[in-house]
Amino acid sequence: MAGTIVEFDRVGLRYGTGAEVLRDLDFRLGEGGFYFLTGPSGAGKTSLLKLLYLAQRPTRGRMSLFGDQLDHAPREALPGYRRRIGVVFQDFRLIRHLSAFDNVALPLRIAGHGEAEVEGPVREMLAWVGLADRASARPPTLSGGEQQRVAIARAVIARPELVIADEPTGNVDAAMAERILHLLTAMNKLGTTVIVATHDVGLIAATPGAQLIRLENGLLVDPTGLLRHPPGAPSRAAAP
Amino acid sequence: MNSFAISDADRRLIPSSGLRGPVPLLIAIMTFVMVVVAAAGLALANTGAVIRAGVEHRYSIQIADGAAKAPAAIAAARAQPGVGRVNQVDPAELRRTLERWLGPASAEADLPLPAVIDVDLKPGADPAAVASAIRKAVPSARFVGHRTSLAPLLKALRGLTLLAMGLVLMIALASAAAIVLAARGALDTHRGTIEVMHGIGATDEQVVRLFVRQIAVDALLGGMAGAAAAGLTIALIIGGAGTATMLAGAPPLGWNDAIWLLMLPLAIALLATQVARIALVRALRERL
Repeated sequence: MAGTIVEFDRVGLRYGTGAEVLRDLDFRLGEGGFYFLTGPSGAGKTSLLKLLYLAQRPTRGRMSLFGDQLDHAPREALPGYRRRIGVVFQDFRLIRHLSAFDNVALPLRIAGHGEAEVEGPVREMLAWVGLADRASARPPTLSGGEQQRVAIARAVIARPELVIADEPTGNVDAAMAERILHLLTAMNKLGTTVIVATHDVGLIAATPGAQLIRLENGLLVDPTGLLRHPPGAPSRAAAP
Repeated sequence: MNSFAISDADRRLIPSSGLRGPVPLLIAIMTFVMVVVAAAGLALANTGAVIRAGVEHRYSIQIADGAAKAPAAIAAARAQPGVGRVNQVDPAELRRTLERWLGPASAEADLPLPAVIDVDLKPGADPAAVASAIRKAVPSARFVGHRTSLAPLLKALRGLTLLAMGLVLMIALASAAAIVLAARGALDTHRGTIEVMHGIGATDEQVVRLFVRQIAVDALLGGMAGAAAAGLTIALIIGGAGTATMLAGAPPLGWNDAIWLLMLPLAIALLATQVARIALVRALRERL
């Protein structure tokens, strides 16, 4: 049986002195799973993703990733965990003055790979996302869809154990959305855990093996914490 | 790890501002002021040292109540061990000196003149023993070291030298503060890039290395430009004014001083690098 890659135990998050944007999140995600994170705007999806890719610490509760409790981990320990996570941001967060090639190569270089180990995989990945001939283009000269594909290539180039994608098909056409989903599914079949935040019902419907995480008003709409809602199943009422 | 050894790919992450940014200009101005002030301080110190060395072993016997007692004082001085040249100042020369204050009256025959005898002691001689012997022979004689006479001047020179060194330190501190601001500014400018790097798993050291290298290069370029301008200015001043050389009997700045001054831009670059590193590490620690 697969182990647990993410475990939240009564996790809460607030920004500054404001109200809690996430409350009592209590769930576990298994290694190798494919999860969709859904919910209305303002439900706390982005905040939950920030916790997952270690851009925020929970203000209360316990949070474990890869079997290690990280809610109070020293910040010096975090880069090592972040390298095991690939993130596709909704706003792409590409470095504007770097070429598409350099943007995609960044995780490999940060991980300490030499140029000889970078060139081949990056060219291959750019070709896969259909940008082989745009390798030297800088993000401002790329379309939204092209930027999204560069962001996806960057997220998966280092073969992370956990891929987190925020609306990864939001700016691409149906054909490219299908290719992106195919890539994520293929990575998932190789053992990568995938978490996709999306409003795209079609994307959820096209991934029958995936499980659903639904957030509403900062609460997980799954009191059992087992996340057993198959796509398409009616969502339960919000937990009190 | 060597902070300067970064790859071309890493260098592309933070585009170099080169000489366009404020850091090289700032460092150039600071270095210029620092080198000029340090040169002035060294020149004052050298002048003081030359004057001190010139009068170190030189004394005067002053007998206010007449030249008749001079031979006894001279004999007493010469009898002491370690006494070198003993030479009475020509009364005519004394009168010429007094003429500056008294005018033609200094030439009047009945003007009482003190006897002034220059005495040079050899290194190791005991001035107190010589003074004692002279006073024993001529009780009204005063045995005065030239150094004592020049003490106020030497003290002023020493004070000015210390002031110059203090100013150099203050400029260094101001430079350090400016570098801290520049480093934090650079972090803000490249906030997006840093967030992406951190998000992907870059360590603080990897981020800091990118900035420190650029600041070090900028500081070195600025420091060298400032030092070159200061060197030119100093050369023009020294070349145009030989007063200090004339007074001190030696050039105000030697080759050793030039080496010290040339090390200042390197010291500034090193200071900038270390200060920037500390500032950057502290600023990054404020983030997750």
